[in-house]
Amino acid sequence: MNCKGVIREISNYIDGDLDPVVRKELERHLEHCEDCTMIVDQTRKSIKILCDSRPVSLSSDVRARLHTALHRKINHDPS
Amino acid sequence: MFGAIFSGKSTPEIVVWRPLHFVSAPNPHPLPSSVVREDEPLLVASARAGDAAAFEELVARYEDKIFRLTSNITGNREDAEDAMQDAFLKAFAHLDGFHGESRFYTWLVRIAANEALMRLRKRRPNHFSLDQPIVGDSELMPRELEEWSPNPEQLYAKSEIDNIVSAFVEQLEDEYRIVLVLRDVEELSTQETADALGISIPAVKSRLLRARLKLREKLSRHFRQGAEN
Repeated sequence: MNCKGVIREISNYIDGDLDPVVRKELERHLEHCEDCTMIVDQTRKSIKILCDSRPVSLSSDVRARLHTALHRKINHDPS
Repeated sequence: MFGAIFSGKSTPEIVVWRPLHFVSAPNPHPLPSSVVREDEPLLVASARAGDAAAFEELVARYEDKIFRLTSNITGNREDAEDAMQDAFLKAFAHLDGFHGESRFYTWLVRIAANEALMRLRKRRPNHFSLDQPIVGDSELMPRELEEWSPNPEQLYAKSEIDNIVSAFVEQLEDEYRIVLVLRDVEELSTQETADALGISIPAVKSRLLRARLKLREKLSRHFRQGAEN
């Protein structure tokens, strides 16, 4: 496998979603290619940073509007 | 060498409402989506049996996260608010249709994603396609090939990193942003993402690959060694 092949499979590799034979080929390439190793590592870190990002809290007026609508729905449509 | 190859609009009104007995505070700290509180199945069962307070607790638990999802998909505050609200209303109306095959949150994400996508499509008709094949792989080629600082997270405050990531998500093309958000923020599986969007698994994978590589490029500009200067 060459560098292009690694890049094409990087996402599947990170997700553990590669055929074992292909994964072995990819890892063999990583053993001698510092650039690809770096890209794999940085991509993995990028996903973790994205995953760890915190949601912004709802503003109080939007939350109030949501809960008012819910109350109305529940009262009009008791299940 | 690598471098050589790849150069509600609801108006307030008096509502008859029995007192709510929240299991926790109404605005709890959001949980990582991979974590399910042990009481969730009980809450869902109570809500399905008609316990409005239990449903209210589920809403309180997930409202921030669902709003982040609808914001990330629509890129528009008003649409995001409406989509979030309608998602919870629809979830309540269709609780009978939830049979526990997936996590309650995953089910909720699918409803909210659908609400958000409807609004995005309305705002940008014919603007994006989630299932058209992606031709060529020129977008794949990494340009930023510099080492990151050993501890990139220490270069910025957490809130700054959140802002950088949020700005990136906002700038990303619709078709990549939506898949990235469902897979790597909401942590849906590839199959769940494909089901939620009504597209094939290869379509999810090809968009996710490009989105992740673009995210790495973007973050490299901030995290490469010396970037803090």
